[in-house]
Amino acid sequence: MTSPSDPRLLRLHAADNVLTVIATLEAGTPIRVGDAEVIVPARLPIGHKIAARDIAAGEKIVKYGAPIGSASRAIAAGEHAHTHNVQSDYLPTFLREDQTRYFAQHHS
Amino acid sequence: MTGYLRSDGRKGIRNVTVVVYLVECAHHVAREVVFPSREQGVHLVGFPGCYPNAYAHRMLKQLCTHPNVGAALLVSLGCEGFNRKNLLEEIRATGRPADVLVIQETGGTRKTIEEGRAWVAAALEKTAQVPRVPMQVSDLVIGTVRGGSDATSGITANPAVGRAFDLLVQDVDCVVFEETGELIGCEQIMATRAARPELAPELIACVEKAGRYYTTLGHGSFAPGNAEGGLTTLEEKSMGAYSKSGNSPISGILKPGDVPPSAGLYLLDVVPDGEVRWGFPNISDIQEIGELIACGSHVTLFTTGRGSVVGSAISPVIKICANPETYRRLSEDMDINAGRILEGAATLDEVGREIYNRILRVAAGEKTASEAMGHAEFSLVYKSFEPIGPACLPR
Repeated sequence: MTSPSDPRLLRLHAADNVLTVIATLEAGTPIRVGDAEVIVPARLPIGHKIAARDIAAGEKIVKYGAPIGSASRAIAAGEHAHTHNVQSDYLPTFLREDQTRYFAQHHS
Repeated sequence: MTGYLRSDGRKGIRNVTVVVYLVECAHHVAREVVFPSREQGVHLVGFPGCYPNAYAHRMLKQLCTHPNVGAALLVSLGCEGFNRKNLLEEIRATGRPADVLVIQETGGTRKTIEEGRAWVAAALEKTAQVPRVPMQVSDLVIGTVRGGSDATSGITANPAVGRAFDLLVQDVDCVVFEETGELIGCEQIMATRAARPELAPELIACVEKAGRYYTTLGHGSFAPGNAEGGLTTLEEKSMGAYSKSGNSPISGILKPGDVPPSAGLYLLDVVPDGEVRWGFPNISDIQEIGELIACGSHVTLFTTGRGSVVGSAISPVIKICANPETYRRLSEDMDINAGRILEGAATLDEVGREIYNRILRVAAGEKTASEAMGHAEFSLVYKSFEPIGPACLPR
């Protein structure tokens, strides 16, 4: 896979299958991911990741050339890769709205 | 650069008087003692618990005898478990002015505050007489921590700190990175940098211990704001945090309060030993900074993407902002704008050099953003550690 020509997307390592947004992209912004042009469906703040190519469910997500988790479902090239479709291989990520679940699991 | 010469030969870059509450019940009185002189380098530290704890005792001993500290006043309620006599003797043995006020004996809140303020005023006159001697870069111990991370932290500020660390290691400084709970997923990569073969399994064991601890607690060192900032998993955050350590060989592992025995790069193991007894290993960034300072850190480098505003008691904190959007919102609280890297306005090497130069200026007396705004946070809670093993330290 060639690196994207879009200067707002940063590939940190040649082996990575996700790219980092380095300037906030508003909804509707066209971006170039590899050979494809994708329209950003919802605002993507700086630091968020998008898939550099189609990623199958269960496949490792690679950033910095290292695995940072697995795809919890299939992710299409150009799609936002985050907690809704990527999970840790170590410990779950809890968002603020998940706290009831965390408290229930740990009898707090 | 000159430093304040202490009796153990270490040199300080600040000349702080600490007021130390030995139980939460003495916190208010100690805070009131500090209040009128809080802008004259008088800082509040302490331990909230009534039950004795060897780690907390060692932490306060190391903090009260830190090279940046010139005098210490202990404030005890009187009935708590802390061994105030022992701590006082340990501080006095270093030649520093030190005393203890016991609220139950002094006659209550008002009298203790009055006596405490008078003691501090006299101590400030004494510490002003501490000789200043020439100080080299190699006399410095530098710690690093991150807080309020987002996905820019691991691209800009953390690797820039890594570049500054590489420069400092060349200068034969002691530099310390920590957060073993935020190295989960990086342990194998990190172990390849062990300076000696026997250290590699110790580095892995230290992160595995953190993994077990956090797994028992069911929650990694990962806050909701990390996810809002684009970080998805603990191991992604770890890879970003790991880059703070630079590329130098890792010389050894320290536990809180261990002063590096020789120059080099050290990992600070902050996760308690033994079974999970004490809750989350570090309840906030503040506690981590306190542990780096107990290891002798003169300056702490603090990287942030979401935008922390904290400083610390005893040693100045240099805040390095990873995210250019955060920097624009919180520039008054930041010392370095590493977010320029994302905008193509600076390289990692340039920001690394800028951090290095800022350390020298802060060591020479320049105030950091948090110091100038009066930040002097501190937090200490229960933990327990076994002594560091021989394989963990340079021979």
